[in-house]
Amino acid sequence: MARKIPRPFVLGLVAGAVTAVFAYACRTTGPKGALDGDIASRVYVAPGEYDEFYAFLSGGFSGQVTVYGLPSGRLLKVVPVFSQHAENGWGYSEETKPMLETSFGFVPWDDAHHPQLSKTNGVPDGRWLFINANNTPRVARISLETFETEEIIEIPQSAGNHASPFVTPNSEYVVASTRFSVPVPQRDISIADYKAAFKGTISFIRANAPGEMDIAFQLVVPGYNYDLAHAGKGPSYGWAFFTTYNTEQANTLLEINASQRDKDFVAAVNWRRAEECVAQGRGRDVPVTYAHNYMDETRVARSERKQGVRVLEPADCEGMIYYLPTPKSPHGVDVDPSGEYIVAGGKLATVIPVHSFSKMLAAIEAKDFEGEADGIPVLRYDAVLAGEVQNPGLGPLHTEFDGRGYAYTSAFISSEIVKWKLGTWEVVDRIPTYYSIGHLMIPGGDSEKPWGKYVIALNKITKDRYLPTGPELVHAAQLIDISGERMKLLLDFPTLGEPHYAQALPADLIKDKVVRIYDIQGNRNPYATLSEADARVERRGGTVHVYMTAIRSHFAPDIIEGIRVGDTVKFHVTNLEQDWDVPHGFAAMGVQNAELLIMPGETKTLTWVPKQPGVYPFYCTDFCSALHQEMQGYVRVSPAGANVVLTSNGAGQSRVLASGGGR
Amino acid sequence: MTASRKLLDSFILLAVVALVVGCGQAGESAEPGAAGDGATAATIPGLDVTEDELKYGIGPIRNVELGPLDDALAARGEALFKTKCMACHRMDDRYVGPALRGVTERRTPEFVMNMMLNPGEMVRRHPVARAMLAAHYTEMPAQNLTEEEARALLEYLRAQAAEGQANRGGTTENP
Repeated sequence: MARKIPRPFVLGLVAGAVTAVFAYACRTTGPKGALDGDIASRVYVAPGEYDEFYAFLSGGFSGQVTVYGLPSGRLLKVVPVFSQHAENGWGYSEETKPMLETSFGFVPWDDAHHPQLSKTNGVPDGRWLFINANNTPRVARISLETFETEEIIEIPQSAGNHASPFVTPNSEYVVASTRFSVPVPQRDISIADYKAAFKGTISFIRANAPGEMDIAFQLVVPGYNYDLAHAGKGPSYGWAFFTTYNTEQANTLLEINASQRDKDFVAAVNWRRAEECVAQGRGRDVPVTYAHNYMDETRVARSERKQGVRVLEPADCEGMIYYLPTPKSPHGVDVDPSGEYIVAGGKLATVIPVHSFSKMLAAIEAKDFEGEADGIPVLRYDAVLAGEVQNPGLGPLHTEFDGRGYAYTSAFISSEIVKWKLGTWEVVDRIPTYYSIGHLMIPGGDSEKPWGKYVIALNKITKDRYLPTGPELVHAAQLIDISGERMKLLLDFPTLGEPHYAQALPADLIKDKVVRIYDIQGNRNPYATLSEADARVERRGGTVHVYMTAIRSHFAPDIIEGIRVGDTVKFHVTNLEQDWDVPHGFAAMGVQNAELLIMPGETKTLTWVPKQPGVYPFYCTDFCSALHQEMQGYVRVSPAGANVVLTSNGAGQSRVLASGGGR
Repeated sequence: MTASRKLLDSFILLAVVALVVGCGQAGESAEPGAAGDGATAATIPGLDVTEDELKYGIGPIRNVELGPLDDALAARGEALFKTKCMACHRMDDRYVGPALRGVTERRTPEFVMNMMLNPGEMVRRHPVARAMLAAHYTEMPAQNLTEEEARALLEYLRAQAAEGQANRGGTTENP
């Protein structure tokens, strides 16, 4: 859908950019890398043209998701998810505050690690993006029509929700599990009782019906650290794989104490088998309480408390879970597009172990076990191993696939991406990254059909890649061309927060269905003001409700009197616009709250408890029109007990000065 | 005569001038100051509208057949008007935008609907709409109306025009 731009113009720009890159490359040596002359044109998206891919990067400790265009690396959007976002009032407005409720109460921040696109038939379908909260365990669902977080579910009996929210091939489930094992059930006990009382849990969350996210069942497993996951596909559809470390079950100085064993495990979970056991009534219901927050068509979030979860122990459901010995403290677990190979990022290993799904099934059939761990059969390493990638770089973490028979593994310590061939396990290429790569991402690279054109390196250390900005630096992402035999570095771009994992898909799967406005006639917010004729103020006890409309370029009402110190004021602002890209903002002096950013057709509510008498201006914060600077109003606050009558100049009254517009 | 009434008259005069100029003598300059404090069409450089566009407006509506007043349709239009229009328009007073009573007599129905459906292009290209922008400052926003909804609004405006006539004993000051 590229738009026509005059060709000489494009050529001129490209030529200029290429010249610039040449000049740069000529004075650059060493770790900056040698750049070819055509690289600028590979990442150049001309003004007014669109990127080929949407990329969704987790914000890590920002708690949010960022949206980038590829190949340009341009930031397109920040989607607030788990953290309050003063920029648009997420988690501050009354409509969105319930989204951050948990069983612990309101939690205004989290650590978001792994975005996962919803899938149909094993391929990203562009409906939703899921992402985990690592700290206070939750999973969120983001609509890819509105680019807003619509649903968040808390995970009970969990801590450190890291191996999450990897999706099954038809988004039947997203998974969640414990990086930090905890007492199950939670209770006040000595941490010295770790081995006896601490457990891990692996949860399967129903995910394919908006508003109905729910914990379908939860496996209680030995108290290891469950690190990452990916679902099986193709022949391994119906299974999900989880890495474990700290099978030593240390509870202090894990750096040393959890690095004792040569092998930990990949847990292979047969979730279809678990479904059967649940259907047969096996396991037990555990009385736990957890939050489910959902924004429905009213666009007003509500938070409910769900009760109880169905728990399965390994002994409740034979054949549900097996352990695959895997060297050493493995981090990522990634299933190749065919569904046959299960690649573990053997973080402390000298090889990349690759398990075979078909050999695993045969070993299970033959009961080729080397033992048991808390009732879970441990398969023999040699019986399930497909092969080992030798000399894969130091600290291999994660693997993605290009759909052409190659795998790409990030190596943190040696700071590189290693390309190797599935089946022969030979390393065919490697490229340095700057610096210390964590995850890597190929569009669709964990699906059945990757769009294997680029890989993004998500680097942990930035150091000298950009102009210095004090002790704290942005995290650097790097775009690398993988369309040819050799990988080629194309672009560095800065990111927000700390992107861990990322996902990307062709823009065409999303861009034409993106919502531009909310239909004002479909506005179901109970505090909406659907006509300026209904703009008004109402007192109900100590609360004053302001029913306000906004349209270019005025608020109605814009004069409010009769509010008293001690009142709670609720500004319910409805944006009457029905045109794309015309949000209005709302902020008032001294309000101990964020602003509101109100999209066309939407109603948002800001709560204010004024503390001092005076006259407070409010105004539109988002430049909206030629008369944006005129879009303002005043609220008068009188002392407690004052008898100023509550009034506003709402609709139906002429607010035009007698002098009119004529002069 | 109130200030807003005076302004309305200025505006109407301006619109008429614009139409006349646009239809017959594009490029020729109108009397300076003839339209009071507003701009005049003839002073707008690069005027490139057709005669049909001058008369019917610029937009998707080419031909509207008007029948007898349809009360049900007008009622639908009224509901839409309250949500999507009345934040800026009143019937008898200038507000953010011009007063609308009688607009269906001053303009062709096609013009009225195209102004609703395509305000962005209208205020940039059409001399009458440009003059209205100059007089009212705020660009009329698109309100995401369907053609059916614009037709219902037109019917409501027709009903309002008729009501105005009834109130004034069959006469109107609007041209």
